[in-house]
Amino acid sequence: MKWLGDGTVDRLRANMQVPDLTGTRYRAIRYVASGGMAAIWLAEDTALKRNVALKVLDAEDLPQLESRLLREAHILATLEHPGIVPVHDAGRLPDGRVFYCMKFVEGQRLDEFLTTVAALPDRLRLMLRIAEPVAFAHSRGIIHRDLKPENVMVGPFGEVLVMDWGLGKILNEHSTESSAAIASADEQQRTPAAASSTNHGTVLGTPGYMAPEQLRGEVESIDQRTDIYGLGVILSVMIGSPAGGRAARRHRPILAICAKAMHPDPNQRYPAVQALTADIADFLAGSPISAYAESPVERMARLFDRHRTAVLLIAAYLVMRLLFILFSRR
Amino acid sequence: MNKVMVGITLGAILGALDGMTAWFTPAVRAGIVGIVIGSTFKGIIAGILIGVFARKVHSLALGIVFGLGVGLVLAFIIAQLQHGYYFQVMLPGGMVGLIVGYATQKYGRAPELQNAASVR
Repeated sequence: MKWLGDGTVDRLRANMQVPDLTGTRYRAIRYVASGGMAAIWLAEDTALKRNVALKVLDAEDLPQLESRLLREAHILATLEHPGIVPVHDAGRLPDGRVFYCMKFVEGQRLDEFLTTVAALPDRLRLMLRIAEPVAFAHSRGIIHRDLKPENVMVGPFGEVLVMDWGLGKILNEHSTESSAAIASADEQQRTPAAASSTNHGTVLGTPGYMAPEQLRGEVESIDQRTDIYGLGVILSVMIGSPAGGRAARRHRPILAICAKAMHPDPNQRYPAVQALTADIADFLAGSPISAYAESPVERMARLFDRHRTAVLLIAAYLVMRLLFILFSRR
Repeated sequence: MNKVMVGITLGAILGALDGMTAWFTPAVRAGIVGIVIGSTFKGIIAGILIGVFARKVHSLALGIVFGLGVGLVLAFIIAQLQHGYYFQVMLPGGMVGLIVGYATQKYGRAPELQNAASVR
């Protein structure tokens, strides 16, 4: 017996699920990817002659999934921001499946893109740009709940997009997802292979990236600090594990930022994304940060790093004056 | 602190320091007070010129070159007045100008609001 490879299975699955676009303005070009409840198709918008992405539900007549997909479209439509993929259209296809149409984003996932960015300051500047759309969403009362490197895309011109708002939560809405969230955590522990995707009904977050309150299914205590935990995880992935010695000492403040963002107690985390980004920006500028109490030696080292050229110039001047004095005394 | 104040402060401190080192030269020790005052004044003049330049031109390289030039010219005038010690006066003077040129480009508040107002 011969087993089919993953690629073959994906192709067969895609062929079975080609969306019926007859009578619509869209023409399917190719299958792109599949999530837990929907598939992404590259399509041509024949009216505007441009490529778009269609997110099409895997099955029809599943009201819960349909409402979730439409809810995602609604959230995306609410969040008009350069760092959030814009949605153009939503509705039902002739085959009965619900879909929405969004900008087709070409680029690399953050985890892939990071292999091309070596310097820590560059990575931190990238982190600041990832946090921008999240802060914007929070200002609109929406939290993402599934922040992870796989859900961040970096475009060919360096544009950063936070993707997959399928688990987005509108903060002032009351929901009864508590039991589902608990089921999610249990299910994920049993099925680690599925851990990288966000499956409807079973996953409300991704293990390894979920905040403790998410894992515990405490839906009522989920708020923007849950996303701050996710940003902390992304930050820790971005900075990696520094080698020992001087590099590790220099990383201490940024590790403290990660630790504060990922504190198990939400009350001990940054209260808002802006506070997190302020600390990162201060670290980049060589200023003290709120998350780390530096020792006098570290403070001196930081000030020296920040004003290295000026200090060296003045030191060179003083040495020159000293040499003049010594030679004039001979 | 704006860029001109950075220039004046640094120019005055380094100028005074520059003048005080004359104490170690026995031949001119008697006139140390005049030297310190003159050197401080020279530093302030250099600081004003370099600070004003930094407000107008935002370029580290040009700021350093301009600072070096101003420091050397002012030090040359001092050396001319003293009829000698060109090397001992011009080298530190040039270096003070260079440091002030660097500092005024790197530090101090740029007049952004004034620029914005003039654009309007």
